[in-house]
Amino acid sequence: MTATTHEVGHHDEPTGFTRWLFTTNHKDIGTLYLLFSLTMFFVGGAMAMVIRAELFQPGLQVVDPYFFNQMTTMHALVMIFGAVMPAFVGLANWMIPLMVGGPDMALPRMNNWSFWILPFAFAILLSTLFMPGGAPAGGWTLYPPLVLQMGTAFPFVIFAIHLMGISSIMGAINVIATIFNMRAPTMTLMKMPLFVWTWLITAYLLIAVMPVLAGAVTMLLTDQYFGTSFFNAAGGGDPVMFQHIFWFFGHPEVYIMILPAFGIVSQIIPTFARKPLFGYASMVYATASIAFLSFIVWAHHMFTVGMPLAGELFFMYATMLIAVPTGVKVFNWVATMWRGAMTFETPMLFALAFVVLFTIGGFSGLMLAIAPADFQYHDTYFVVAHFHYVLVTGAVFAIIAGVYYWLPKWTGHMYSEALGKAHFWLSTIFVNVLFFPQHFLGLAGMPRRIPDYAVQFTDWNMISSIGGFGFGLSQLLFLYLIIQSIRGTRNATAQVWEGAKGLEWEVPSPAPHHTFDTPPVVK
Amino acid sequence: MRLSKRTVLMVGALAALLGGLVQPAFADYALNMPQGVTDTSRDIYGLHMTILWICVAIGIVVYGAMFYSIVKHRKSRGVQAAQFHHSTALEILWTVVPLVILVAMAIPATGVLVDMEDTSDAEMSVKVTGYQWKWHYEYVDEGVGFYSNLDADSQEARRLGASRKPQSVENYLLNVDNRLVLPTDTKVRLLITSNDVIHAWWVPDLGWKKDAIPGYVNATWTQINEPGVYRGQCAELCGRDHGYMPIVVEAKTPEDFKAWLAEQKGGAANTAGGDAGADAGQQTVGTDTETVEDQSDPAGETTARADTGAQGGGSDSAAGGMTKEALMSQGQQVYSARCVACHQADGQGMPPTFPALTGSAVVTGPVDDHLDMVINGSAGTAMQAFGPQLSDAEIAAVVTYQRNALGNDTGDVVQPSDVQAAR
Ligand code: HEC
Ligand SMILES: [Cu+2]
Repeated sequence: MTATTHEVGHHDEPTGFTRWLFTTNHKDIGTLYLLFSLTMFFVGGAMAMVIRAELFQPGLQVVDPYFFNQMTTMHALVMIFGAVMPAFVGLANWMIPLMVGGPDMALPRMNNWSFWILPFAFAILLSTLFMPGGAPAGGWTLYPPLVLQMGTAFPFVIFAIHLMGISSIMGAINVIATIFNMRAPTMTLMKMPLFVWTWLITAYLLIAVMPVLAGAVTMLLTDQYFGTSFFNAAGGGDPVMFQHIFWFFGHPEVYIMILPAFGIVSQIIPTFARKPLFGYASMVYATASIAFLSFIVWAHHMFTVGMPLAGELFFMYATMLIAVPTGVKVFNWVATMWRGAMTFETPMLFALAFVVLFTIGGFSGLMLAIAPADFQYHDTYFVVAHFHYVLVTGAVFAIIAGVYYWLPKWTGHMYSEALGKAHFWLSTIFVNVLFFPQHFLGLAGMPRRIPDYAVQFTDWNMISSIGGFGFGLSQLLFLYLIIQSIRGTRNATAQVWEGAKGLEWEVPSPAPHHTFDTPPVVK
Repeated sequence: MRLSKRTVLMVGALAALLGGLVQPAFADYALNMPQGVTDTSRDIYGLHMTILWICVAIGIVVYGAMFYSIVKHRKSRGVQAAQFHHSTALEILWTVVPLVILVAMAIPATGVLVDMEDTSDAEMSVKVTGYQWKWHYEYVDEGVGFYSNLDADSQEARRLGASRKPQSVENYLLNVDNRLVLPTDTKVRLLITSNDVIHAWWVPDLGWKKDAIPGYVNATWTQINEPGVYRGQCAELCGRDHGYMPIVVEAKTPEDFKAWLAEQKGGAANTAGGDAGADAGQQTVGTDTETVEDQSDPAGETTARADTGAQGGGSDSAAGGMTKEALMSQGQQVYSARCVACHQADGQGMPPTFPALTGSAVVTGPVDDHLDMVINGSAGTAMQAFGPQLSDAEIAAVVTYQRNALGNDTGDVVQPSDVQAAR
């Protein structure tokens, strides 16, 4: 495959809705992904508000427990598959061709398709809320036999997951094809920006595990409708096998959601520290080792199912090992800051918060890896706190940082720095008020996924809910700033940030519809 | 000016974060993991605190370097950015040092794990079975077993829009009708399984949780050091009422435990004729224990006692001829305690998973089919067999109630004797 497969230089594109529907342009598709993700972020966020409202005090005030379970399940599915993953694909679409000096993604028509599957997948998923028996309520992990108690929604949910999987796989194939085929000739692999590297590795993870998820849910489907007994103990099957298969997908999945975040932060910190990234090569190797390890740690999600001792020991040791490459990354970021000349614009603030708060999530992850202690932590709010530190203050903060960082490049206008900082401080304070107390709740014995709790858990839940509402509301400011930048008046320069280096900063802002029709030369 | 303010803010934020991490060490149960009452739970608490302090120490170093850099190495101080970008020595150092720390941590963790998995030499066994949404306990080889449901007070206060406040209930959501009684200083093996979906049995003071999985029997053990009452909950999402299936363990000294067990067996000997039919007998005894302690109204209690006698083989004391009013009022109680979770207070259920009872063909059709459904359940669905869980009078009452309330009006009155005949 070569760059010539792309239709370069056809300039009479349609306008209006058809422009977006038929677009094969990586920037348009990137924009579509990002707007879709933003929408889902608010949909999933609204569900989180229902959850936090019900948990504001003990007793049931707002919703029935069954609806509560629908909310926790849907919140997770929407946030993971609708908000975080599409956001990263959107960033990949926009930035990878610009960063490697290619004219577009390698497979533009497939690119269009992989995006346009998503609105349909999520229309199906969200419509289950209105079906008899309601939306899925057995948790996003879909464990049988509970998941088989779902109502009419069951086949729809599975079909929606298949669609999301197809979309992700196509997106991943496109990223790999682009990185290997569309680079400017002088852009060697070890010169690629770290965001490109982390995405390359993520794309392989996606291709490896999305089919596994598809297989697992298909087996659920046949168990439910075609009389198979894959996971039905009474028929000779094994409900625990589902968990093994699910987490063989699920653990790499969490790295799918964090590796590109590492990439974004590794772009931003050097820019605002005005200093090259420390340990570039070790960053690449650390990313690759994390990806490898992610395949052999899955059963740490299921220490309590009753595995043989040898299994428990293996998964404990393997999981602890992940701390090493992850630590290398954090140390490298700190070393990048060291003796730099830092400024603290909004993207940098979010990136710094990422380093601090993601590390807290890493610490609790290390604690969870200790199998005997996990027998206490497992399925409590401690776990909820842990994965929200890595996913919200980790993945989501990195996405927000990336959006502020590249927004002027996309729209050609600056956002208001003062309001951006306000957004940062509000988000950072509230997100900690929201999630930090959940560590205490979990340690003190509050299980996760419950709509109501014993009265001794009241105080921290109230505080957590207040943080939740505050964090939710603060994101309206984010929305406002994006709109402001789209419609803005203050023009951005090509380089946008004083310390920014890389090909994407050599094209004008906003980046023209077609860039790098002739490959640039990388110094 | 602005600068220093910012610095203060950041340092403040750091202090708050670290403070949060450190705090649990000094606080009580509400902030930190309980130390618990078993050697295992203490070991786990020790591991938890060790790893926590290791994390705090690493955090201080990393965050310290980072914040020092943020304060000192900022452009506004007129610094010039250095341009170094790697140091092999440093990179090897911060790969090896964490590895060493991890190995140091893995060693004690391995020891505790090996110990936890050793279920040999247990002095007694209890089989724990999860149901949607209650637990069943069976003292293996003792012929004693019973169900354990959420207590009535919590049941009342937990409803959406209930007038009773959770704060007015002692041990809200952490109390049951029948406690699991265990002896102290005795290695007890727990055999954990499930009748329907996956649950998890967890009492923090004992130090662990274990999944209850249909088709599996998970063996684990505990040895409680101090008499007392220890509370926990189901920890694996198991459907609508996952939050409402608590666990209460009462640890008694071995002597008190023996006395308690004898008392339970005494009830069994009177009624079920000793341990003649070990298997069936256990279930019957279970029913007995439960209903006797469960019923709050005296009428129900006597009926239940008499009733167990009937199940034991003699029909002498079967309470015949309850009035329709009595059946309806008891039926409503049973319905709201045991059936609403799936079939809903108004009988509309949550179709298609949980069918409506209003206008249902079973409920408005022949009484025998209705009784069969309630006594034997429906295999492969969430509709469990209530025969072993409820007394004849309770089943008669709830069936009568379903046939004459919830929008149904068949006029049928079902008597305990009908239930006995249908069993
Ligand atoms: C854990 C959920 C659950 C609970 C609790 C429950 N049921 Fe059911 N019930 C079901 C399900 C599921 C079915 C459908 C069974 C089937 O499809 O064969 C059902 C069916 C029934 C039916 C037949 C309805 C029909 O039209 O087919 C009756 C009668 C019934 N239940 C009575 C009761 C009574 C009485 C109680 C309380 C003592 C109760 N149920 C508690 C889940 C439950
Ligand atoms: Cu349960």
